[in-house]
Amino acid sequence: MDLKFSPEDQAFREEVRAFLKEKLPQRLSDKVRKGQHLSKADMEEWHAILHERGWLAPHWPVEHGGTDWSVMQRFIFETEIAMAHAPRVVPFGVSMLGPVLLKYGSEEQKNHWLPRILDGSDWWCQGYSEPGAGSDLASLKTKAVREGDHYIVNGQKTWTTLGQHANMIFCLVRTNSEGKKQEGISFLLIDMNTPGVELRPIKLLDGDYEVNEVFFTDVKVPVENLVGEENKGWTYAKYLLTYERTNIAGVGASMAAFKVLKEAASMQFRNGKPLIEDPRFAARLAQLEIDLENMKTTNLRVLDAAGHGKAPGAESSMLKIRGTEIRQEISDLMRRAAGSYARPFIEASFEEGYNGEPVGPAFAGPVASDYFNYRKLSIFGGSNEVQREIITKSMLGL
Amino acid sequence: MDFSLGTERELLANSLGRYLADKFGSEARLKALASPEGWSREAYDGLVELGAVGAMFTEEAGGYGGSAFDIAVVFGEIGRGLAMGPFLGTLMAGKVLEAAGETAVIEEVVGGEKLLTFAHEPAQGPDGRAAEPVRAEKAGDGYKLTGAKGVVSFADEADLFVVMAGSGTELSTFLVKAGAPGLTVQSYPVVDGGKAGEVVFKDTPAALIGEEAKAAQIVDQAVAAGLVALAWEGYAIMQVLRDKTVEYLRERKQFGIPIGKFQALQHRMGTMALEVEQAHSAAINAAVGLEEGGNAALRAASAAKVTLGKNGSLLAEEAIQMHGGIGMTWEFAVSHYAKRLIMIGHELGDEDYHLQRFIDLGKEEAA
Repeated sequence: MDLKFSPEDQAFREEVRAFLKEKLPQRLSDKVRKGQHLSKADMEEWHAILHERGWLAPHWPVEHGGTDWSVMQRFIFETEIAMAHAPRVVPFGVSMLGPVLLKYGSEEQKNHWLPRILDGSDWWCQGYSEPGAGSDLASLKTKAVREGDHYIVNGQKTWTTLGQHANMIFCLVRTNSEGKKQEGISFLLIDMNTPGVELRPIKLLDGDYEVNEVFFTDVKVPVENLVGEENKGWTYAKYLLTYERTNIAGVGASMAAFKVLKEAASMQFRNGKPLIEDPRFAARLAQLEIDLENMKTTNLRVLDAAGHGKAPGAESSMLKIRGTEIRQEISDLMRRAAGSYARPFIEASFEEGYNGEPVGPAFAGPVASDYFNYRKLSIFGGSNEVQREIITKSMLGL
Repeated sequence: MDFSLGTERELLANSLGRYLADKFGSEARLKALASPEGWSREAYDGLVELGAVGAMFTEEAGGYGGSAFDIAVVFGEIGRGLAMGPFLGTLMAGKVLEAAGETAVIEEVVGGEKLLTFAHEPAQGPDGRAAEPVRAEKAGDGYKLTGAKGVVSFADEADLFVVMAGSGTELSTFLVKAGAPGLTVQSYPVVDGGKAGEVVFKDTPAALIGEEAKAAQIVDQAVAAGLVALAWEGYAIMQVLRDKTVEYLRERKQFGIPIGKFQALQHRMGTMALEVEQAHSAAINAAVGLEEGGNAALRAASAAKVTLGKNGSLLAEEAIQMHGGIGMTWEFAVSHYAKRLIMIGHELGDEDYHLQRFIDLGKEEAA
């Protein structure tokens, strides 16, 4: 057992740090650190910088533009970019569709779509959830009927994150209504500019627009946009969800957020002394640190097993649950640290270049919005309730 | 033993509740939030006309109620209807005026002519440190105030401020008029709906309320009244969230059955229902304590705020979680109730603060 970084790992970490120091624009890291909204152009700019270095999709095979990094190197990379307050890589193309195409796509599909993910030609979004199919995803109703060399798609998707920026959507559609509901689902790639696709934004509780409804009315999709086999989409979807869940643990992002929290608690005064010296607050902070350290090692163990060819099963559900709980606890303590100053809600301050008179402690601006927004973490990507079912099902076999 | 609120209070509750439901339902509230003013003065005026503010103060002081249970009824309806307005500030500021027999001012507020708020919390700078207490200097017949207060409810909209100056045994309270020389307000919306602002005084003329340097106990009781109000507002919101969640668990189907059939959710729903009842009892205890006054009032108020903080977070978070994505949307009322409930936790000291205060007050009582 050895959890220490090898000299190679340490050299790699220095390499990543040097890259971030040289290439990560201060403008972007400032926005991330302040909790300001990132524009589409901001995210594309960061993707282009990573792509130029060949680091946009480290988990892809080298021949498709990935790297041959070890599990540890990938972990170091993710942690370092999060700790440097780099923008999050938008996962839909790189981390969700990419792995599915690599495993189940045809050669033509790989050669066509993968380079377009890397160079930013396509912005993908995810068409999974429907108004009637959330936790029970397999009950989805959006229908695709084959007519000659096309599918005709009708139905509705919802909670489509950043769909407003996307030109492509990968969808789970029903191609067979008979038999087991999981066995009539197909995985389809749809151009959002096709006639009959309509996107409507959903305003969330923090006032922001990041999710959408997507409506399909007689949308014509060429059959070559079917991934893998017809009616086998559920298998691909599950594979993708497993990938999504190891990402969703967000250990690097939590480590960065924990550091910000600790700084805030050291700075903030409460009853004449730093908040970090308040025994109740300090106890929650310590518990959080312990949970996060444990999570880090759990995540490394899962990644290590995956690196040895063991597909993560229930473990990725564990990462999802505890990873999101940790992130929510951080946002909870951040809002608590701000006291009364969690309430001011100055939306303009979430945008770049805001130079209004500051209100209250420097960190307080986005804490309430973040706390409310992060309620989503235990809901999306398969709710934490569904994750618990997955874990126990795999054990009980009942 | 009598847990009834009495016919008159029930009549008041009904009329406030009906008014809010008819004139200021979910849609009207969203419209008010999107308006340039960011709230609805009209809805506030309507509530004042129905007696929402009058009920907070005694007849001698210019109101027509004034007991802890009158406050309970008013703030219960404010919570249920998510009403926006300077009600909490008005209550605490008015209690300070009431104690000093300043009836003329209270009458103007009860009559809806003037909007009154309470500037009690020191402003904080970007470094997270509280500003020095507001300083009062004698100037001719009156006083001049210098200093800064933070997150003052409806600061820009208020016509009158009750301002705390000095600290500890030197605490005094003053009345300041909007537009007074040297008074500046930086106004902003708050995340739970409504407005607040940072208020700076620079040699601002002010009138002393009551006696100089004798306000500590009066302010303590005024804040205890504010905590009673928050306890009842929070309890009402918890009831709404409980009921909406029950309804959703019955309606929403996944895996071919209502999600309320899942035992894991049933157990959590059961816990929510239990904690709502505990919060109700804490609110009752706080109101009874306020009637008793003294240390009992402060201790019961802190106990209620601890309960409210813990149970409120549970109800808000579980209501959103069990509603799933729909509970996260702006258009759906659950998120707005949850936001107000969580932010109540941030007003007048959070549960950690009040847990410590409860301990300290217990030591005082024992000594």
